[in-house]
Amino acid sequence: MEASKLPGFLLRRGVKAVIVVLAIVVCNFLLVHAAPGDPASVIAGQSGAADAVFLEQLRRQFGLDQPLYVQLWIYLKSVLSLDLGFSHRQQAPVAQLVLERLPATLLLTGAAFAFALAAGVTLGALAAQRVGRWADSVITVIALTFYATPLFWVGLMLVLVFSVWLEWLPSFGMSSVGVEMHGLEVVWDVAQHLLLPALTLGLFYLAVYARLTRATMLEVADQDFVKTARAKGVPEGRILRAHVLRNALLPVITFAGIQAGQLLGGSILVETVFAWPGIGRLAFEALLARDYPVLLGVFFCTSVMVVLFNLLTDLLYAVIDPRVEVAG
Amino acid sequence: MRDFWRRFRRNKGAVVGLVILLLVVLVAATAPWLFPGSPWEMAGAPFAPPGEMGMLLGTDSLGRDVAAGIAHGARISLLVGAVSTAAALLVGVTLGAFAGYLGGIADDAVMRFTEFFQTIPSFVLAILLVAIFTPTITSVVGAIAVVSWPPVARVVRAEFLSLRGREFVQAAEVLGKSRLAIVLTDILPNALSPIVVLSSLMVASAILLESALSFLGLGDPNLMTWGFLIGSGRSVIRLAWWMSVFPGVAIFLTVLALNLVGEGLSDALNPRLARQRGGAA
Repeated sequence: MEASKLPGFLLRRGVKAVIVVLAIVVCNFLLVHAAPGDPASVIAGQSGAADAVFLEQLRRQFGLDQPLYVQLWIYLKSVLSLDLGFSHRQQAPVAQLVLERLPATLLLTGAAFAFALAAGVTLGALAAQRVGRWADSVITVIALTFYATPLFWVGLMLVLVFSVWLEWLPSFGMSSVGVEMHGLEVVWDVAQHLLLPALTLGLFYLAVYARLTRATMLEVADQDFVKTARAKGVPEGRILRAHVLRNALLPVITFAGIQAGQLLGGSILVETVFAWPGIGRLAFEALLARDYPVLLGVFFCTSVMVVLFNLLTDLLYAVIDPRVEVAG
Repeated sequence: MRDFWRRFRRNKGAVVGLVILLLVVLVAATAPWLFPGSPWEMAGAPFAPPGEMGMLLGTDSLGRDVAAGIAHGARISLLVGAVSTAAALLVGVTLGAFAGYLGGIADDAVMRFTEFFQTIPSFVLAILLVAIFTPTITSVVGAIAVVSWPPVARVVRAEFLSLRGREFVQAAEVLGKSRLAIVLTDILPNALSPIVVLSSLMVASAILLESALSFLGLGDPNLMTWGFLIGSGRSVIRLAWWMSVFPGVAIFLTVLALNLVGEGLSDALNPRLARQRGGAA
């Protein structure tokens, strides 16, 4: 891409991202109002944890005596100033609760994503090289299997095998409780706790990336510039790495961006199974307590993360591939 | 039709999938006779391992028969899968047809709306919807439909976009047919095959989504579901592995079967594509 076009492209994507975030806020607002009953009591939770003062505060926050568009405006203003409401159950602002849990989720989804991408691309490339041979069929079967298996069940089965039967790995939490540790010991401890959840979350995407890499590699391998390279006498290994794989990776990256939301959704299930202290676990606890402000906060936060991640992949894509269409 | 069946049969995986699917349907249909009485009632001692005390797949922490739970759960899974897919198809086909046939601003507006729904984390939205509208089978079906229509809208739009310029559509326009009639009787029938293929995959993902929701405790509290069975087995997995293993196998087999059938349908409905891929891919 020409350098002069880049700022315009980023600006357009930025504006689009802002619109999406605004739409999410409106969506949250509508959800609260569409629910049966008074929005204030919905937000406060139905099981009587809210006192009159809190209800009054909520009614003021939403301006429930005002016309709907005024209420929306009040709500927008408070969310955009990062006031996501207050969790009466946990006696803390929602924004603070979410931010506290964010690093754990980022670690889990990041590790799962890195594993899925690395292993998926490798398997996909292997399958593409051996089309129709047994390695190819094995990979197709693995992909089909993980498409059809519920994420949370995979997690439970891994716990059953590696924690209950083999007793190799811890089955819950992010670190050992009641053990004093320093430096690398802490890292090793967290890594042990991370392995099963990251594997669980990553396996499904591994299947997706493997299939995608296989398909795009086969497509690219047929193109003229690969034949040219081969005719020039470029070694086969180099053709694969520099000519085929490089070009085949671009759709995989785009797709990874599209799937960011699903990865975060999946982390709710995985964090529930492994008691991983991230925002997914926070959402599950909020669900049990019917703590709606926290649930809405998690929805807002994950949506914003997806938007940011998409922005990042757009940028990455535009920088990597000079031919990319910048008009969109 | 016979041609269709011949092409479908050529894909071995699809035939296996169809057989599994028919078995699941059979179990669901005969559940009240196979396991009479409520699956919520005690059938034996708590935590009976599979095969002991006449319990094929063991019992749970309250002595309920796991096999009965799975059989009755099959009814809910298939029902939720089918109904939510039908609802999602209705929304997706309507919006997609609207966008693809009219084009221009209508197309732009619908596509931005669709993109928005594809951007936001759909599972989180589904959780939020069910939680706010209280967990009932209606809210579960509704939430699944709300998050699964976007791919349908995209596919239908693309089909309509390419079909609306064809000669047979132009001919119908010249004949003075109304727009609605053209959309329903000329374009839609020609766009059916991708919709059919997509819907079998949608039923599969709806079943996965339903199981995930009820695993988190968001299922209808009066209905026995596969996700609920796994969820209740989670905390006692050290004591009773069978409580979480078998319902998961049921989900896996059903979803796998639907995916395989989807591939078979795709081969049978797009013979040209299937030949390019070298038959059963």
